[in-house]
Amino acid sequence: MGVDAIRAAFEDGAAFIPYLAAGDPGGDLSNSTPESAMAATADYVSALVDAGADVVELGLPFSEPIADGPTIQSATVRALQAGMTPPRYLELVESLDVDVPIVAMTYYNPIYRYGERDGVGPFVEAAAAAGVDGLIIPDLPVEESAPLERACREHDVALIFIAAPTTREDRLRAIMQRGTGYLYVQARLGTTGASRSVSDQTKHTLDRIAAYEASERHARLPKAVGFGISTGEQAATVVGAGADGVIVGSALVDIVAEGEDVVASLEELGRELKAGARAGFDRRTQ
Amino acid sequence: MSGGQYGRFGGQYVPEALMPAIDELTDAYQRYVLENEAGFMDDLAERLETFGGRPTPLQYADQLSDRYDIDVYLKREDLLHGGAHKLNNALGQVLLARYMGKERIIAETGAGQHGTATTMACAHLGMPCEVYMGRRDVNRQRPNVFRMRLNGASVTPVDIGRGTLKEAISETMRDWAGSVETTHYVIGSVVGPHPYPDLVREFQSVIGSEARDQCLEKLGELPDAVVACAGGGSNAMGTYDAFLEDESVDLYAVEAGGDSLEIDREAGVAPNSATLSTGTEGVLHGSRTKVLQDDDGQIMESHSVSSGLDYAGVGPELAHLAEEGRLAATPVDDEAALAAFHRLSQLEGIIPALETAHAFGFLEERGDDLGDTAVITVSGRGDKDLESVIEESFKRDLPEAPDLSLFTTDQGGR
Ligand SMILES: Cc1ncc(COP(=O)(O)O)c(C=O)c1O
Repeated sequence: MGVDAIRAAFEDGAAFIPYLAAGDPGGDLSNSTPESAMAATADYVSALVDAGADVVELGLPFSEPIADGPTIQSATVRALQAGMTPPRYLELVESLDVDVPIVAMTYYNPIYRYGERDGVGPFVEAAAAAGVDGLIIPDLPVEESAPLERACREHDVALIFIAAPTTREDRLRAIMQRGTGYLYVQARLGTTGASRSVSDQTKHTLDRIAAYEASERHARLPKAVGFGISTGEQAATVVGAGADGVIVGSALVDIVAEGEDVVASLEELGRELKAGARAGFDRRTQ
Repeated sequence: MSGGQYGRFGGQYVPEALMPAIDELTDAYQRYVLENEAGFMDDLAERLETFGGRPTPLQYADQLSDRYDIDVYLKREDLLHGGAHKLNNALGQVLLARYMGKERIIAETGAGQHGTATTMACAHLGMPCEVYMGRRDVNRQRPNVFRMRLNGASVTPVDIGRGTLKEAISETMRDWAGSVETTHYVIGSVVGPHPYPDLVREFQSVIGSEARDQCLEKLGELPDAVVACAGGGSNAMGTYDAFLEDESVDLYAVEAGGDSLEIDREAGVAPNSATLSTGTEGVLHGSRTKVLQDDDGQIMESHSVSSGLDYAGVGPELAHLAEEGRLAATPVDDEAALAAFHRLSQLEGIIPALETAHAFGFLEERGDDLGDTAVITVSGRGDKDLESVIEESFKRDLPEAPDLSLFTTDQGGR
């Protein structure tokens, strides 16, 4: 597993990457225990993998999710209330019985504080041992990422950076050179959350990255687009526009929040999204 | 490595989407603020004088000096337009945003003083403004909510968490993540990613540089002690900056001790906001600093009777100076602050903000070992706090409080 496994997950050109908040028990908190919430997440992950997920992003909740919109903020609150902690998160990852790469998405502070010593080394080591293949840290720009890069390299964990619509060439260069696994292309400005249409910004950002890649033959990473994608049609549009994969979070988290037929609903939407991504790929390569 | 390091503290821990704007701000800070390009700092100084009322006086406090048997001088930022030091920074940043060609201003506020100062600056400079404020703070700082609305700004309550300053900052950052191309975020204290801690300190340093000159003029010498309350730490850093190299001057940062310094890790609640005194190293709102957090790195909910000090973080430069031993941080609890509020009102005819009252609570506890002369920054006036003070004093039956029975007919319930 590790960095190579993540790269391999993009081989069919249209990766489907679902996101869930780990330990989110959904709507009804009253009967949930940390164990039941963790078991539920494990079931949801299996359902999404059955539906065709190529990589799974699992959110480790942090009390100040500044990059997240209302849907994932609420999931974060539910997961924390249900007792999710970094050690339990790693237990959960270890317990998963799926053969796709797992990417942990969280903020800098929980990983910085993990373990006996300050610094990110202990978390990355423990995460790698538990089966985490990559990390996404939305509040960590390249300016501050050197210590985490070092730890990730040492433990064969991918460090996935985000490219935003505001990212221009100089910053893109640093991001492409330093990132591993894939490039998280932020579809539009703002916070996470489902939106109705795919923004023009997405296409512009993808084009800018393609132009950059054409000029710098060494830096090449699969590009997965996230922020706002919630339907198969949107997935097709984004992959058709040049993405190698789609990341879908809030639309799936909503299903967990509603708490009805969660496994079946996740599987159904998962299939739609994977099919959409494939259709987009076929459109582009025909 | 980014700029803006204070020893181990500082940095730029923010989403990539914001980094281009932060780089742009760093560049504007360098040119307009540090190099006075286009006469920016002259323009600001002129506006601070005519719109803001600077310079503020350094006043000898007769009664307090008698009481503690030292010479106590008050740096009267409560006399600045808006009633707090916050205008120094707000006017500076809104003007900077205009020089940068930004079209819209957003800000967070705790006590509502920074929000008020920002909306005043926005009205003055013709900029649209939206202020985020925790729901709990909206309820306990109503006069400031009215003032912001009167200045034509919109005030958006934040319902997440405990509804205080921490949540307001997070929510303003979320707005900025979507609006960054046209909008400037006017952060209200020496917190956040670089260059904010530097920028805000620079705008607030007028407090200390005036006070230092006034000391030399009035006393012919420097004071032995300089005291300020610290939430995020902007009035404190603004006061200290001119004195940092004066080794004979002791610097004191007075934090909110809240109900208690004991921390309930299980519940994730710190019943205080004494971040420098009790916090641990972490990353919050864009910088590495001291924070109130549990063993898992989750940020705790803080508490203080004063909204403006009720914050789980603190400016990175303060964290560094505290660690270096250049300043001493001391907590003063809710009750001592309330008592000091009444004492200053009765002894000096100055009704201080509850935030400011903490500094005077410290004077009551430590007045006898501060040397011969102390300068205390009166960071703001207390009009915004009257309702809370009456309620809290009544609840505690404070001996320092005047007879408040006049108000008790419809009290206690609200
Ligand atoms: C009067 C007054 N003093 C102090 C503060 C605390 O802020 P800082 O520590 O940044 O000076 C506030 C914040 O709202 C305030 O209104």
